[in-house]
Amino acid sequence: MRVLVCVKRVPAPGAKINITADGQDVDAAHLGFTVSPHEECGVEEAVQLVEKHGGEATVLTLGPGDADEQLRYAASLGVQQAVLLQTDGTPWDPQATARAITTAIVDLESENGEPFDLVLFGNESADSGGFQVGVRVAHALERPMVNAIKGIELDLDNASVTAKREIDGGREIYEMATPAVLGVKEGINLPRYPTMRGRLASKKVEVKVVEVDPETGDQTRVTLQQPPEQVSNTVHLGDGPAAASAVVDVLDELGVL
Amino acid sequence: MADVLVLCEHDRGSLEDATLEALTFARGLDADIHVLVCGELDDDGIATLGEYGADTVHVAEHDMFADFGPEAWGQALADKIEDLDPDAVLACGTSKGNEVMAQAAARLDVPFVANVTELADGDIDDDEVEMIRVQWGGSLLERAGLEADTKLLSVAHHSLEATPAEGGNGDAPTVETYDADLDDSLQRTVCVGRDVAESGVTLSTAPVVVGGGRGVGGADAWGPLEQLAEMLGGRVGCSRAVTNNGWRPHSDQVGQTGTRIAPELYIASGISGAIQHWVGAMASKKILAINTDMDANMVVKADYAVKGDLHEVLPAIIAEIEARRG
Ligand SMILES: Cc1cc2nc3c(=O)[nH]c(=O)nc-3n(C[C@H](O)[C@H](O)[C@H](O)COP(=O)(O)OP(=O)(O)OC[C@H]3O[C@@H](n4cnc5c(N)ncnc54)[C@H](O)[C@@H]3O)c2cc1C
Ligand SMILES: Nc1ncnc2c1ncn2[C@@H]1O[C@H](COP(=O)(O)O)[C@@H](O)[C@H]1O
Repeated sequence: MRVLVCVKRVPAPGAKINITADGQDVDAAHLGFTVSPHEECGVEEAVQLVEKHGGEATVLTLGPGDADEQLRYAASLGVQQAVLLQTDGTPWDPQATARAITTAIVDLESENGEPFDLVLFGNESADSGGFQVGVRVAHALERPMVNAIKGIELDLDNASVTAKREIDGGREIYEMATPAVLGVKEGINLPRYPTMRGRLASKKVEVKVVEVDPETGDQTRVTLQQPPEQVSNTVHLGDGPAAASAVVDVLDELGVL
Repeated sequence: MADVLVLCEHDRGSLEDATLEALTFARGLDADIHVLVCGELDDDGIATLGEYGADTVHVAEHDMFADFGPEAWGQALADKIEDLDPDAVLACGTSKGNEVMAQAAARLDVPFVANVTELADGDIDDDEVEMIRVQWGGSLLERAGLEADTKLLSVAHHSLEATPAEGGNGDAPTVETYDADLDDSLQRTVCVGRDVAESGVTLSTAPVVVGGGRGVGGADAWGPLEQLAEMLGGRVGCSRAVTNNGWRPHSDQVGQTGTRIAPELYIASGISGAIQHWVGAMASKKILAINTDMDANMVVKADYAVKGDLHEVLPAIIAEIEARRG
C-alpha cells in the first residue's frame, strides 16, 4: 500500500497576525512554522494506514527550502519518504500549485511503478485557504475526490475506500475505488507527538528535492490587510470567587440565566 | 448587463440558507441572476430563490442528483458555465459550495477565488478585477487580483447578511428544467448513505458556550464547565490545546479548524485567545473571560473579565446561581 500526503509550510502566529511593511506577507520574523492542523491529521492518517496495511507513506510539499522542516516533522511521526518541490518562496496560486503537484505525483508513480492507493490533502490550507488544490490534482489524475473527510476505511482486497464527510448534524458516506484522493479535516484522528527515536530517524531521511519552474498563476496577491479591529472596553468584574455575584448579575442582565 | 450564475445549495430538495448569501452578493453586481439547481428543489425553495433576486432558475435533472456528489454537481456546473458563458459564477463559501466550485474550476481549468467578501476594484464584467478575500479563516484579509473571462468566486460564509430583494422580485423566476448529460463514472462520488448524529443543541447553535482551554489542566477537570453549561442550557467548548491533549473530542473545538460559534454569551476560561481560536469565537454577542493573566488576548478582547483560577471561580458562579434559584 502506498499513501501520499501533501502539506504546506505556514507561519504559526499567536495573538495577532502581523504583516510586513510592504504588505506582501505575514511578518514571520519571530514566528515558528507549522502546517495546517488538517494536514497534520493527514500525516497521522497516512502513518496509521501504513501501520494497519503495511507499505509506505510519502509526504510532499511545494515551498521554499526551509519547508524541509515540515517534511522532517512528518518523518518524525513515521512517514518514510519526503519530497520537496522547491520554490523561491513566492506565493503560488492554487492552480499553479496543483499543476506542479500533479506533475510530481505522475513522476513519483512512474518511478514506483504503481499509483498511490490514496493521496491525502488537508481540507484547506491554513493561510490562503483556497479549498481547491486537492480537487484540481484529483481531476488532473482522473481520480475520485471528496473533501471534508473525517473517517477513512481502506479495503485493500477490494481496492476500495469508504470515507465519511462531515455535514451539519451527521456524516455522509462515500464509497470509492482506489486509487482515490481525499481531503481530510482535523478530528479524523488525534495526531501523535514525535518520539525521540522518531526525531532521530527523521534526521536521516533523504529528502528528494525537485526544482520546479517559477509559476504564480492568474490569481495574484495585491496586498494583505488587517480586518477591522473589534475594540472592547473589558469590564473587570472582580477577582477570584468573590466575583461570582457580579458574574451572575451579568448573566441575568444578558437573559441567559 | 452582466450575467451571473449562482450555485444553489440544497439538501435533497430543501434549500440551504447559505444560497441566499450568495444571491444577496450577486444582487450587488448589477447583473441578470441565473441559479443552477442540481436535482429537484421543492416549490418553496424556488419561490425563495425568486424573493432573493433569481431571474432564471435552471433545474438540472439526473438520477445522480438523488443525493450530493461533488463531481456530478461540479460537472453540471461546469457544463452550465460553458452553456451560459456568464461573467461570474458564485457560490457561498460553505464546505459544499467551495467543493463544487473547485470541481467546476478544475474541469474548466480556470481560476477559482474562495471566500471573497467584496469586489474591491473593477466591474464583474471586466477582464481584470480585484477583490477582498479572507485568509487564515478570517484572521487576515487579502486583496487579490484575478484575470479571467468568467470569474469563479465563493462568498465568505456569514460575511454578509442575506436579505430579500427590495420590493420583492415581483414575478416568480423563470424555471428552465433540463436533463443533465453526465458521464456514468461520476456516480463514484455520489453519497451512498448517512450517519445521523445526535440532535438538540449543537455547539454552533448553543445560546451559551462554556469554553475551557489548557488552563483547565486535565481530562478529568471538566465537571464545573459541564455543570455550568447544563445550568445555562448551553454546551461545553474548548481550545485546540485541549483537543490536542486528548482531554475533549474535536467536536468541542472552537476556532479556525473547529466550530464557529455565535452564542449570546461565551464564557472562555483558561483560554489565551490565540487568533485561530478567536476567529471561531468572535461572533459571540458577549464574551466573559476567566483567566489568571489579565494580559491574555482573550481577556483584552472580552466584554467582561474575572481574574482568577477557573477551578475556584466556576464553582463559585455555580453556587451563586443555585443560591439565587433557591
Ligand atoms: C493553522 C492553525 C489553526 C489552529 N486552529 C485552532 C482552532 O481551531 N482552535 C483553537 O483553539 N486553536 C487553534 N490553533 C491553536 C492556537 O494557535 C493555540 O495554540 C491554542 O488556541 C491555545 O490554546 P489555549 O488557549 O487553551 O492554551 P494556552 O495558549 O496555553 O493558554 C492557556 C491560558 O490559560 C490561562 N490559565 C492557566 N491556568 C489557569 C487557571 N487555573 N485558571 C484560569 N486561567 C488559567 C493562561 O493564563 C493562558 O491564558 C490553531 C493553530 C494553527 C497554527
Ligand atoms: N504548497 C503546497 N504544498 C503541498 N501541498 C499543498 C500546498 N498548497 C496546498 N496544498 C495542499 O492542498 C490542500 C488544500 O489547499 P488550498 O487549496 O490552498 O486550500 C492543503 O491542505 C494541502 O494539503
